[in-house]
Amino acid sequence: MAILELRDLTKRFGETIAVDRFTLSVEKGEFVSLLGPSGCGKTTTLQMVAGFETPTSGSIALNGRDLSKVPARARGLGIVFQTYALFPHMTVEENVGFGLEMRKVPADERKRRIAETLDLVHLSHLSARYPRQMSGGQRQRVALARALVIEPELLLLDEPLSNLDAKLREEMQLELRRIQQEAGVTTLLVTHDQSEAMALSDRIAVMQGGRLIQEATPFEAYDRPTNGFVSSFLGKSNAIDAHLEAGGPGAAQLRCGDIRLDGPVSSQGPGAVLVSLRPERIEFCGEGEGIVSGTVVERVFLGDQWLFKVKTGLGELLVVRRNSGRREPDLGEAVHLSWQAEHLRILEAGSAA
Amino acid sequence: MTGDRARPWLLSAPALLLFAVMLVTPLVMTAILSFNSFDFYGGIQPTFGFSNYADVLGDSYFYEIFGRTFLIALVTTVICALIGTPQAYFLLRMHPFWRSLMILVVLGPLLISVVVRTLGWAILLGNNGVINEALRNIGLIERPLKMMYTSGGIVLALVHVMVPFMILAVWAALQRQDPATEKAAESLGAKPFTVFRRIVLPQAMPGILSGSLIVFSLSASAFATPAILGGRRVKVVSTTVYDEFLNTLNWPLGAAIAVILLVSVLAIMVAWNRLVEKRFAAVFQ
Amino acid sequence: MIRNGAFAKLFSLVFAVFMLAPLVVVMGVAFTPEGFLEFPPSGISLRWFEAILDNPDFIDAAIVSLQLGVASATIATVICVPAALAIGGGRFAGRDALQALFLSPLTVPTVVLGIAFLRFLSMMGLNGTFGGLVFCHVVIIVPFVLRLVLASVTGLDPSIARAATSLGAGGWTVFWRITLPAIVPGVVGGWVLAFITSFDELTVTVFIVNPATTTLPVKLFSHITQTTDPLVASVSTVAILFTVALMLIVDRLYGLDRLLIGEGTR
Ligand SMILES: Nc1ncnc2c1ncn2[C@@H]1O[C@H](COP(=O)(O)OP(=O)(O)O)[C@@H](O)[C@H]1O
Ligand SMILES: [Mg+2]
Repeated sequence: MAILELRDLTKRFGETIAVDRFTLSVEKGEFVSLLGPSGCGKTTTLQMVAGFETPTSGSIALNGRDLSKVPARARGLGIVFQTYALFPHMTVEENVGFGLEMRKVPADERKRRIAETLDLVHLSHLSARYPRQMSGGQRQRVALARALVIEPELLLLDEPLSNLDAKLREEMQLELRRIQQEAGVTTLLVTHDQSEAMALSDRIAVMQGGRLIQEATPFEAYDRPTNGFVSSFLGKSNAIDAHLEAGGPGAAQLRCGDIRLDGPVSSQGPGAVLVSLRPERIEFCGEGEGIVSGTVVERVFLGDQWLFKVKTGLGELLVVRRNSGRREPDLGEAVHLSWQAEHLRILEAGSAA
Repeated sequence: MTGDRARPWLLSAPALLLFAVMLVTPLVMTAILSFNSFDFYGGIQPTFGFSNYADVLGDSYFYEIFGRTFLIALVTTVICALIGTPQAYFLLRMHPFWRSLMILVVLGPLLISVVVRTLGWAILLGNNGVINEALRNIGLIERPLKMMYTSGGIVLALVHVMVPFMILAVWAALQRQDPATEKAAESLGAKPFTVFRRIVLPQAMPGILSGSLIVFSLSASAFATPAILGGRRVKVVSTTVYDEFLNTLNWPLGAAIAVILLVSVLAIMVAWNRLVEKRFAAVFQ
Repeated sequence: MIRNGAFAKLFSLVFAVFMLAPLVVVMGVAFTPEGFLEFPPSGISLRWFEAILDNPDFIDAAIVSLQLGVASATIATVICVPAALAIGGGRFAGRDALQALFLSPLTVPTVVLGIAFLRFLSMMGLNGTFGGLVFCHVVIIVPFVLRLVLASVTGLDPSIARAATSLGAGGWTVFWRITLPAIVPGVVGGWVLAFITSFDELTVTVFIVNPATTTLPVKLFSHITQTTDPLVASVSTVAILFTVALMLIVDRLYGLDRLLIGEGTR
């Protein structure tokens, strides 16, 4: 059974529609991410679940119970704020114990649970510190411990890692996943960082302009985007405007200007489409084997990989090659590109971001 | 690099010169004056002794005045903290339109002369004043309540003069607070009053303490309000100094009283700052 | 954003009444047609405003106050801008002491400053002179100007001036073209606050004026301590309206809360 069910959730601020008929359900123990660019309504959605914003319409149900009349303090959700919102005048221990205190948990049990939770986030040795005396990553863990100690049915995280520097962010991603799994808590995360969403979640809900665009596992969302926006927002992709000649049950036939392409099996009818192709699926090949040929117009070395921009009859294509020590084409060099037909994704025309 | 070293001093030279001539010199001269003696016929005598201090410290009349002054200042400070703290918090939570209006109401009076504001209180508090007339008209009292020429009346008007300073100080502290801490507490199950007492109040405390210091020291040396509302009947230190200088003309004695006021206010400020620093060093820097 | 409940609204309303009551009462009694103070007034009359014109004392005092305010605020601003640039421009030995000195008039009880100035000016033979008055006021208002200008200076990104220097600007050019324009809001705000403080000052001024240099607050004060008649109310009303007008202009230009609280507070 779903723990959290959002149905047609809508929020207007005057003229702007921040969240538009948003429907989503989260299963027990699941880790779900709301992913989308800044301003797409993620925080607003989370705040409505938390009880700090009132929905304009639609419903929120927790364990089948309608939340519309339940004040924030009675929802029993664990929330980690983007700024952490630690109480600066309380020690780590006091911060973590606050929610238990509000629940009138007896002192000895409180102590035990605080210790357990601090252990979970590896902060037992800092329990007497004040927030100001801690690093960003440590504060992050305190915020997490404070939210988890009340054993919430649902954990809400709003861009929890965005205030950390890149290296720490990667470490905390792993940490966060471990803690979430150890605690077994159902989690709803909000982020604009696609790699964070992919690394952490069981399921991703991609949002754009207040709406749900696609809901899928990270692998599915990356590999089988249903929409040009999703395909370009999750990782890099080449978007090619094309015409689908013959649809139907067999392999698709695509035309882009004068160039004909074999497509994957598609059920779509003929017409204008958007074709998406991941840059890492393109290979350099010998002259006769190529699908298109072109010239390298940009070449960037990224350490573990090379990034090329190749000017072809299909437009400029991005190509990513793993750095395996081989010689790679030079700037201005003529190259031939090939890929497997099943790596092309046929999407609705004009759906690119 | 000597040019670089001299630069800040050159830039501050005009102000420094002014302060040396117009602040340090006068204060030193006043300190010296307080050791001189006064002769009713001969005026100020260039002698040097502690007789003025002995006069002040040996006379219960002056103890009463100092005691009243600091009591008035203390009560004013406490009331300002009790009113100003919640008001600053409510201000923070107001709708932006009402907030900017309320800021005008709170801060505007700061810019209007204390004399004018105290005149308002004199009109309100007099035996035939607005409050007494109103109470008489609705039959609550028969004889007017005595509010003019009382310490209570002075405190009331001083609260009006001082409470904006408290609100400013608390407001500044609350602005530094992360608004999400209130939400965090609420999400953990705290009721509104608990949020205020456990989360907002402790974070506002540095502001309350610094505001209290400002209000206390300004109240202890306030002049216009006690002079108009207390007159000769309820004297405080500053009105006593005024009388010594401009009526009795015993400047040395007046200077001694003023120096004692200065020293005690400074001592209280230093002690207060020590206390605050010790208490909050770990939490707020 | 969490909003206020009913108690908070009631509290704020009562507080607003408390803050406004004395001002409303002063303005109310000024319009009485009678020869004594009454509130609410039994009718509306401008009699006591006309009476101001028959009392050149008040008008003269107001003129002195205006001149004093403009002169002292201007001098204070002119000496505070370089001082603020020095103090806000980086660490140097004695910086904290310098700043503490310039802010010290705020901590010395005003009555002590009053007698100190009186003693000093009478020893110099300058007591009661306009010039003496101006410099005493400058000392009192320097802390207000310095705080606002300093807030602007420390809010300034030091790399802006360095960028200008790297583009070939000399010291003066950097000051006139880069630094000064950037701190103008603080300078203007400081001047206005200084003017108002000087215009309203009583405790110090009462010790060092003579009949020819009596300021408006001193004139009002000595009148009130003898008698409270509708005339002081009408003069006060004019003063209130003048301040309110100034306040509204400042609020538009600079923000009243920024002026009184300081920079960097939204
Ligand atoms: N309190 C508010 N008042 C008016 N508009 C708001 C408010 N909060 C958010 N918005 C608007 O709603 C949209 C979604 O905002 P938000 O949920 O914060 O986006 P995200 O968290 O995805 O960046 C934005 O266009 C934002 O400007
Ligand atoms: Mg957001």
